[in-house]
Amino acid sequence: MLQDTPTDKNPTSNDAVFRVRGLTKSYQMGEVQVDALRGIDLDLHRGEFTVLLGASGSGKSTLLNILGGLDTPTTGSVYYREHDITHANEAELTEYRRDHVGFVFQFYNLIPSLTALENVAVVTEIAKSPMKPEEALALVGLQNRMHHFPAQLSGGEQQRIAIARAIAKKPEVLLCDEPTGALDSKTGIVVLEALQRINQELGTTTAVITHNAGIAQMANRVVHLADGLISRIYTNESLVSPDQLSW
Amino acid sequence: MLAMDKKLWRELWAMRSQALAIAMVIGSGVAIFIMSLSALDSLYETRERYYRSHHFGQVFSSLKRAPLAVIKHIEEIPGVDKIETRVISYVTLDIENFDEPVSAHLLSLPGSGSGSGLLNQIYLRDGRLIESGRDNEIIVAEKFAQAHGLKPGAKLAAIINGRRKILTVVGQALSPEYIYQIAPGAIFPDHRRYGILWMARKPLASAYDMDGGFNHITLTLAKNSNEQDVIDHLDEILKPYGGVGAIARKDQLSNRFLSEELKQLKTMATVFPIIFFGVAAFLLNVVVSRLISLQREQIAVLKAFGYSNSEVAWHYIKLVLMIVSVGVIAGIGTGIWMGNALSNLYTEFFSFPYMIYVLKPQVIVAAAVMSMVVAIVGTLYSVQRAVKLPPAQGMRPEQPTLYHRMLIERLGLQHWFAQPVRMIIRHIERRPVKALLTIIGISLACSIIMVSGFQKGAIDYMIEVQYGISQREDLIAIYTEPAPQRSLYSLRNIQGVEHVEGFRIVPARLQFEHRSYRTTINGIQPQSHLLHLLDTKLNKIEIPPQGVVLTDYLAKQLQIKPGELLDVEILEGNRPTVQVPMVGTAKQYLGSNAYMQVEALNQLLKEGNAISGARLKVDNRYQQQIYTDLKNMPRIAGVVEQRSSIRAFYDTMAQTILYFTGISTLLGAVIAFGVIYNSMRIALSERSRELASLRVLGFRRTEVAYILLGELALLTLIAIPIGWVFGYGLSFYMALQFDSDLYRVPLKLNLNIYASAALVIIVSSLISSAMIWRNLSHLDMVAVLKTKE
Ligand SMILES: Nc1ncnc2c1ncn2[C@@H]1O[C@H](COP(=O)(O)OP(=O)(O)OP(=O)(O)O)[C@@H](O)[C@H]1O
Ligand SMILES: [Mg+2]
Repeated sequence: MLQDTPTDKNPTSNDAVFRVRGLTKSYQMGEVQVDALRGIDLDLHRGEFTVLLGASGSGKSTLLNILGGLDTPTTGSVYYREHDITHANEAELTEYRRDHVGFVFQFYNLIPSLTALENVAVVTEIAKSPMKPEEALALVGLQNRMHHFPAQLSGGEQQRIAIARAIAKKPEVLLCDEPTGALDSKTGIVVLEALQRINQELGTTTAVITHNAGIAQMANRVVHLADGLISRIYTNESLVSPDQLSW
Repeated sequence: MLAMDKKLWRELWAMRSQALAIAMVIGSGVAIFIMSLSALDSLYETRERYYRSHHFGQVFSSLKRAPLAVIKHIEEIPGVDKIETRVISYVTLDIENFDEPVSAHLLSLPGSGSGSGLLNQIYLRDGRLIESGRDNEIIVAEKFAQAHGLKPGAKLAAIINGRRKILTVVGQALSPEYIYQIAPGAIFPDHRRYGILWMARKPLASAYDMDGGFNHITLTLAKNSNEQDVIDHLDEILKPYGGVGAIARKDQLSNRFLSEELKQLKTMATVFPIIFFGVAAFLLNVVVSRLISLQREQIAVLKAFGYSNSEVAWHYIKLVLMIVSVGVIAGIGTGIWMGNALSNLYTEFFSFPYMIYVLKPQVIVAAAVMSMVVAIVGTLYSVQRAVKLPPAQGMRPEQPTLYHRMLIERLGLQHWFAQPVRMIIRHIERRPVKALLTIIGISLACSIIMVSGFQKGAIDYMIEVQYGISQREDLIAIYTEPAPQRSLYSLRNIQGVEHVEGFRIVPARLQFEHRSYRTTINGIQPQSHLLHLLDTKLNKIEIPPQGVVLTDYLAKQLQIKPGELLDVEILEGNRPTVQVPMVGTAKQYLGSNAYMQVEALNQLLKEGNAISGARLKVDNRYQQQIYTDLKNMPRIAGVVEQRSSIRAFYDTMAQTILYFTGISTLLGAVIAFGVIYNSMRIALSERSRELASLRVLGFRRTEVAYILLGELALLTLIAIPIGWVFGYGLSFYMALQFDSDLYRVPLKLNLNIYASAALVIIVSSLISSAMIWRNLSHLDMVAVLKTKE
């Protein structure tokens, strides 16, 4: 098994935005214990576009949630720059998410009582230097759907709004859980282009979970997870632009 | 507007009918709180101002006769401020077109004597004051004038010290002394048969041989004076002049009745709002926890994007506060309106010259703050729990509830029930606390409705016992002064009089250990047919030849037991103080009295065989003639006919009772509706998937409704009997609060009170069901099955 250790390939580890060491996460489900993560060591570097691949149940979402401060690990440490987020308290985690992180969830999780525009505004209103909600929607090609409620939008459209919502605050880290899962190739490319643009123009450190191995071609690095462990990591020498991806 | 606020408004709008139902419950609590407290403050304030501006006395004493020179001594009592002496007499009146006996207190107009002050001034409503030298002019109490249509210029005849005199009405007035006007011995006002008249002092004094003298005195006190010291001094001075013992303002009859009324209002101002706020807290709790459980994921998302716990919590608290605000604002408006109406009702019922409506800002603030606090407390727990959840977990669907085997299944009784019934029972068993709270809410509604019925039932029963079972006479004739037994002959000789029993009444102070009470001792005939003293089972008891029987309430207040010796100070004649054994108690709802055999009483008084009046049983056919005959007897000061007084009382009370019955029924219905409708909406929201699935499987709307509404129907049916118990308890508590030496409120809840409370509950739940029925038709099968939960 190929194990990537920080010192191996990244001698300049001080530009790591995330430093994950010995991360485990178990869930107690009555009698049984589910080990979602069983010891992860990983660095994510500034401005890097990382793709996480792995079978269903391999622990991708769990890892991403912990990185985003949505969940706490069982053991191990996670540093965001110099901040230890495993030992951060509730208020610090809130500030961390508020100021630094953008999320795209596997199940979109839009607020049904708000229109597309307002779903984005809900985030920009508390962000430090966001873009305009309209701008964010334009980036995902939904400028003429701004006043629709989630129930009036297709699954793919809802997904794009979720992405607009995540990028609108111009976060330093963007964590996306299957952002293209529900999209056809054409809109999927629109979304990925938006993610890439954010990544390149703003230097946003981006991690994307996907089941679509093709997407890995546009990433700087690809991390494979299996059974709660990292099974493989590789760096792409040359990047493929989204519109060239084999879907 | 911020996106979060838009979310708030839209969600509030989406749940508007539920929010409205809750706001109504809160509004009702606020309204009744403001209504009763503002009416209370208004009455206090009005009474206070009226007393002050019209110089209502602080100490009162009547006596037989004292020369005006005595005032000098009274002025010297430390603490006495102003003094007013008066001549007061009790007279019968002859009013055209009114054959029944009418009695009145005839008072010398304040200020026309030589007292130093000008106390108990009258408030002239209409007409003018008496011109000096006009001996036949009178001013009449407004209520009495209205009852008989006595406009200035009207004439009436009064039997003044045995002589018939024609008097001319020149004005209508009110007096702080007679805010509540009742005839001696009566308990209810009857403005047709009892009145207050004022006339110039001179003619009144000369008719009663009171020139240069007086038979009544009122004082006010200087600041920081000791009331009891003044009373003791005054009694000492007036003793030789037949003083019957002075009383303080708090014991003055009209003032006392008013105080009792205020006490009741206060009870209402506390008990009812507590119930309403309790129910509102419960409703908000269930509605908000449901809302929050529906929004688990949304909360997680907001938190994921950096909204803090307190921001999210505040978001939901804002929603709650918005609902509460609607209730509070509506409640304040309604409360002020109802408070005004109630104050006016009181102005009508009591004789106030005006009503100052007082709405203290702190009452409104208190109502608002209480509602807000109650609402927040009611919802804080679920808000907090939702907010505490780590976002990653919040985004995963909630763990499916663990099913337990029903109690009924464990008992092996499931085969007795059809499948839908099993679904109903299982659902109730799954959420026992909520089911319990729903039951409690509905029960409270039921109990509130019963309280209104209880008040009317209590009055009915009180009157039935007092005037149906205990007092059996048709008429009471009151003598001007005690007369020998044989005076009864002339009464017996009147045609149509079937039975006559004399009685003796003397004012007395009863004392046991350090507790004392001022009342009258009634001397009654042994084996009396017309006055039955009753035991607790309402059977007649006999008074032993020696000893005194006390009203049960009085015995309890004095803490005296049969066999113990009661100190009796007679406040009349040569005022002997004697010890009399207490030999028993009599159940009475009205008044606090003492009873002895008339002979035993007269022995105490050492006065021979005297009586103060007589009870008469008469043949109805001769009634009119009997009235006329009695009127013409100089010895008779007044005639009391309770039955018509009671009828009159019911007429005046009808409006008030209707008002209260109406209000509490409405309020009960609001609670019932609020609880039932909200429970149904939540059940609908919780089970819409399940129900939609059943619809997809081919169930009819009625069958689906049966499962949903059947649960609430079951809870309602369980709640009604519990509500009856609550209602009984609440009435019991209210009755206990209303008890005083003036009257005790019996707890008599007849069947139709129970029935009508149940009816209101059932109607409320039918209305809720009808509204839910509409929602059921909108059950979107496709949407419900598409969404994940
Ligand atoms: N809150 C939880 N309670 C119990 N078990 C959990 C919880 N969250 C995740 N798991 C379990 O942890 C394991 C990893 O879950 P995770 O959601 O990270 O998988 P994933 O790689 O994202 O899969 P997918 O591609 O299907 O989204 C799974 O077995 C899952 O059942
Ligand atoms: Mg996942």
